[in-house]
Parts: sequence; C-alpha cells; structure tokens
Amino acid sequence: MAGRVIVITSGKGGVGKTTTTANLGAGLASLGRRVCLVDADIGLRNLDVVMGLENRIVYDLVEVVEGHARLRNALIKDKRLDGLYLLPAAQTREKDAVTPEQMRALCQQLAEEFDYVLIDSPAGIEHGFRNAIAGAQEAIIVTTPEVAAVRDADRITGLLEAHEISNPRLIINRLRPQMVRRGDMMDIEDVIEILAIELLGVVPDDESIIVATNRGEPLVMSGTSKAAQAYRNIVKRLEGEEVPFMSLEQDGFMSRLRKLMGIGR
Amino acid sequence: MLDFFVRLFRGEDQSKQVAKERLRLVLVQDRMSLSAQALDAMKEELIAVISKYLEIEESGPEVVLERDGESVALVATIPVKRAAGVARASR
Repeated sequence: MAGRVIVITSGKGGVGKTTTTANLGAGLASLGRRVCLVDADIGLRNLDVVMGLENRIVYDLVEVVEGHARLRNALIKDKRLDGLYLLPAAQTREKDAVTPEQMRALCQQLAEEFDYVLIDSPAGIEHGFRNAIAGAQEAIIVTTPEVAAVRDADRITGLLEAHEISNPRLIINRLRPQMVRRGDMMDIEDVIEILAIELLGVVPDDESIIVATNRGEPLVMSGTSKAAQAYRNIVKRLEGEEVPFMSLEQDGFMSRLRKLMGIGR
Repeated sequence: MLDFFVRLFRGEDQSKQVAKERLRLVLVQDRMSLSAQALDAMKEELIAVISKYLEIEESGPEVVLERDGESVALVATIPVKRAAGVARASR
C-alpha cells in the first residue's frame, strides 16, 4: 500500500515550511511511521540544517535524479528516530536541475517504501514550486496571520487546485495570542474565513523553535512547549485522529482581570 | 491607564480589522486576475466576435481588469473604424 505524498508549501517565504516539515516528519516517525523528508528547495537547502543532519549529506536529490547516485545511498537515516529519513537538496545547483516528471517518478518510488513522503517546497510559484508539487497527492499550506502571507497562501490554493491537488489543509504558524487579544493580529477565525480551507492546526509563536533549530533538534522530539504540543496534535490529526484545538490563551493578569470584569473571553 | 480602559471598551481602530478588510479587497482582485496569456486569448476572441458586427482598428483594442473601490470590472476598449454593416447580422 503506497504511502502518502504530502507537499508542505506556502507561497510566502519564511513562514515556517521547513520547520513544519521537520517537526511533522519527526512527529510521525515517533508514532512508528516510516517517513521520508524531501528537501525540494534546490540551491537553498535548509531541511538538513533544521534537522541537524547537515554533516551527514553524501549525495543529494539532484545526483539521484541524474543517475549519479542511488536513492538508497542518498537517503540519510536519522539516528534519533526509527524510520525517519531525509533526502537532501543540492546546494550548488538551481531549481531547473530537476523536472516535474523526475520529481513525480522519485516520489512514486519513495511512496513504495515509506508511509509518508513529506516534501518541503521552496517559496514562490515558479519552477521549484512546480517540482515540489509534481509528485504530491496532498498539500499542507503554511501561513502566518499576516496580510502578505495570507495573500500568498490564497494564490497557492488556486495554483494547487489548478494542478489537481484539492482540499489543501492549513497550518497557521506564529500566532501571538497577546497580539490577537489586543486586536493587533488576525485570529484563527479571521484567517479561515478569508482562505476558506480546512484548518489542520495552529502553532503559536515560540522562542523554543529557534532554540531547537539552533541545536538541530526538531521540537517534537523532546519539547514541552505549546508549539511542540501543537505539532504533536497536528501529527495526530494527519493520522486521522480528532484532536481539539489547544487553547492558546495565557492566564496572564490582564486576561484574568478581563474575565473578572466580564468583558473577557 | 485611563487610555487603556478607553481602548478596551472602544475596541475600534484595531489594526487587525484594517488588515482583514484590505485582504478581502485585494483577494477579490487577485482571484479574478487572469494570467497574461488568458487575457490575450480572451482579447483575441473578443475581437473576433465584435469584428462580425463592427470594423475594428486592428492595433487599437485593449482589455484590462480595473478596480474601482470595492468592485472589479473587465474593461475592453475597442476602437471602431466605422459602424457600417451593423445591420448585416441577421436577426
């Protein structure tokens, strides 16, 4: 039974695609799934560094596709989690070193050996993006609650549909509950109302994510922060489990005061 | 401190409301935007249809999507050589 090939994309750069891919992959592997992470950002690879596997790259995706290396030898086995593998991107090539057809074939091959193939898409809508979605049946769109990111996410939704990937699911990243409370950041309902796609999860802004990247240890592996919990919940939802969305409210003084005065949520 | 309470009870001018509204409008336009190719193709077909009834200046026609406040409209400007032959099409 072939595995699920899911592309993680956004349009906008810097919203957390790579971090999401790393954490979802590690999270799924923690549940016992066989997962292959694919870095489709040729020329600007980052999944290796976020995963802390940058020193173990021998061959990359382009070399595999060009026939200079076997897929088996290019896959990096993560020693921390059983069943978690990474296919790194090339760093010194460009996006057109690979064609969508080659990506499709590669993903098909990977899907035969893994339960999940998670493809980290580059930002943008050009060749790199088209490569990333070529082999995917499902898509996760990552956005932040900011105007530019949401706008790009909307465009991506349209492009995915044009490429016959329907029902993309949304992750809202870097939500800041305090800003939402002040009315200075769009909340979850606002974003869903605008984008009108199914919500997969919400990850709060969290310093621990930066710390985790500094160390090259995806948060879900050991973290206890709200962000770590959010990723774990998303992983469960991907597996079909119904997990209620976390309350991101912090019980600060103002929040309690408001509740006391009857004007808080 | 008073300012805080005033803002609390007023709840207006929230920047997120502005963001939402701007997004809503910009997406109406984004979603309607056709690619340059599609727009050209549509223009060709429009010219073909109108040519059946009016004689058109070949280099003239222009087709654009214009935004006017809250609504978006497709505006086609098609310069006509002369109106003779309008009644040619059988009704």
